[in-house]
Amino acid sequence: MRTKAHLLSILRLSPRLAPYVLISPFLILFAVFGVFPLLFSLYLAFQSWEPTSGLAAMEYVGLDNFAFALGDEWFWKSLKNTLWLAVAAGAPQHLVAIPLAVFIHNSFHRFRDGIVGAYFLPYITSTVAIAIMFSALFSTDFGLINVGLGLVGVSPIDWLNEPNSLKPMIAMVVFWKYLGFNVVIYLAALQTIPKDLYEAATMDGAGRWQQFWFITLPSIRPMIYFGVTLSVVGGLQLFEEPFILTRGNGGTDQAGMTAAVYLYRMAFDFNDFGGASAMSWLLFIVVVALTWLTNRAFRPRGAAT
Amino acid sequence: MTTPDEPVAPRAVKKSIGLSARGNNRRALLAAGLLSVLPSWAGQRRKISVAAFPNVDAIIRAAIPRWKQRHPDIDIEVVSRQYIDHHTAMTTALSTSVYLPDVMALESTYVGRYALGQGLEDLAQPPYRVGQFRDRFVRFAYEQAINRRGEVIAVPTDIGPGTLLYRHDLLAKAGLTETDLTTSWDGYVEAGIKLKAATGAYLIGNAQQVKDIMIRSGLQPGEGLYFDQASRVLVTSPRFVRAFELARKVRQHKLDARAYAWSNEWAEGFKRGTVATEPTGAWMVGQLSNWVAPDTSGKWRAAPLPEKTFVGYGGTYYAIPRRAPSANKLLAWEFIQLLTLDREQQFAAFKSDDAFPALVEAHDDPFFEQPLPFLGGQRARLLWRDAARKIVATGSHKQSDFANEVINTELSNVMDRGKSIKQALADAQRLLERRAFR
Repeated sequence: MRTKAHLLSILRLSPRLAPYVLISPFLILFAVFGVFPLLFSLYLAFQSWEPTSGLAAMEYVGLDNFAFALGDEWFWKSLKNTLWLAVAAGAPQHLVAIPLAVFIHNSFHRFRDGIVGAYFLPYITSTVAIAIMFSALFSTDFGLINVGLGLVGVSPIDWLNEPNSLKPMIAMVVFWKYLGFNVVIYLAALQTIPKDLYEAATMDGAGRWQQFWFITLPSIRPMIYFGVTLSVVGGLQLFEEPFILTRGNGGTDQAGMTAAVYLYRMAFDFNDFGGASAMSWLLFIVVVALTWLTNRAFRPRGAAT
Repeated sequence: MTTPDEPVAPRAVKKSIGLSARGNNRRALLAAGLLSVLPSWAGQRRKISVAAFPNVDAIIRAAIPRWKQRHPDIDIEVVSRQYIDHHTAMTTALSTSVYLPDVMALESTYVGRYALGQGLEDLAQPPYRVGQFRDRFVRFAYEQAINRRGEVIAVPTDIGPGTLLYRHDLLAKAGLTETDLTTSWDGYVEAGIKLKAATGAYLIGNAQQVKDIMIRSGLQPGEGLYFDQASRVLVTSPRFVRAFELARKVRQHKLDARAYAWSNEWAEGFKRGTVATEPTGAWMVGQLSNWVAPDTSGKWRAAPLPEKTFVGYGGTYYAIPRRAPSANKLLAWEFIQLLTLDREQQFAAFKSDDAFPALVEAHDDPFFEQPLPFLGGQRARLLWRDAARKIVATGSHKQSDFANEVINTELSNVMDRGKSIKQALADAQRLLERRAFR
């Protein structure tokens, strides 16, 4: 008995250590899959490396990779594609999600969860499955979209191969996928607005439009800030949807090649890990800058800085 | 082996396979690591690990009994992954020097890519001295594995001699003969116009294939496709201009099905007989008869590629990683020799998996003279054997993959968006010049 108790007392964590041990699984995983790749890519950005020669083959090249990236036509092209898609896919998400959330908030009570669930479903569906489904829908010869267009007399559109239609198509898929997520966060925000505000406004003779404009919108402003920030960050890092819809190559004339797709291809298709790492850090700078601008635009009025 | 070289590289297919299996890949690597630890608990049996992809893995496994006759005490462990996963895993293994196999199978495009680095053993050096066997291999296949430093980084095991497969029945219906297709590239396209008018069939799956072969024709040995030895960019040369002109003509006359290799539409074209010709590797006959279009048996014939063009469509090599356990290297080399220099072994792979032998000795056999039922009884292997010896090796460049992408982009700008060829090639030249020395 005594030996068993003794054994247990050895195994027992001291209260001082316990918290660290308990959070260590996350920290270890984060260090391995988060911090290490981050620092490694920063290191790689200053190296020229032929990967098949082994880690020892790296060669310090200073800012060469950054200079190359900034002068690379395709990098700028991919940044433009990214911005185009971020705006075309991001802005409608909020412009539609806010009125939709208000509508669901006001009109549905019993079935609200089901309806919100339906909108949220695309968000939790695998992007690969979504992209495959949309590829089928947008197929030139056999897709439902073109069949539908044919019924109203529009000739088939080569959605996936024609540069001018590829971008809107990708934007549509991204919009469809993330709309539900935004609806959910706006619904949550709407529920926090005190009912008295609307009652008081009604008594003062404010119409529904005025209530929306002067009560609802200002009240959910912090949530708009949150939602738009997520859209900006996510939009600038857009990868999966264009990658799969364009069979991993960015599409005809690279019309669907976002910065993230391009830097992936730089590393794994074109074997230039240094250049790709430099581009990823340049993209990071763009993300930081635009997030800061979003902050400027949406931060609560009267707040310091 | 069953994977073509760049001319019709099924990038799309490879990509989508890679996507779904990228997670598995990591798991496979882990599993490979675990496996390599296990035997040391189980007892001290020596083993050689060989990393490969289908169907090369099957060919290797088939060779194990003969290996066992020589070395009953040494096991061969085959680590098999899907095509893309395998090469990703090999790149990762080489870059980190972890979980390196003793022998790695490599598809020919990856040989070019890995040739630039220093991860693979120079087999020209002692104790290997592969140079003594040089004349026993098909020339281009051997030369393709020599890098710029003169090192021989891999040994060829099978090759894909280029050939033009065509639908004999459709040609007959249009009143055309084989020579109409093969005399010149211009004649090939003209024949396509008549063929389309008479039968409604497309000449080719994708106009890009015409460009892919034509930029490879007339290359001097060792001359690069996009860059010369001094990294000068070659894409405004007449070779590219003419290739672009003919590809555009094919597209303008609606002679191509605009299908991507290995897509459903592509396979459907062969099944339904809506595509009349396919420039491809000799191994394609096996693919067509086994799964793509078995019902079209007897309707196909093989011809040389137009205008006496000789190109290779893929091929397989074996290499030894420099940082693999040195104790196993000699055994690894012996196993590679069994796979590549043994006539019987080479021949068995040809019979079982359409792996056209890279070993010249394996070419002298009555098997080559056997008629192929799928090709209406044609003795096509003789044609391919002849073609194999006329292919020249192309020099590889670090930016080859990027150049390929740029050229394909500009070609589609020319074919579909009315860009002038001169402008398109000038734009490509500018982009590539910026990269040539990276």
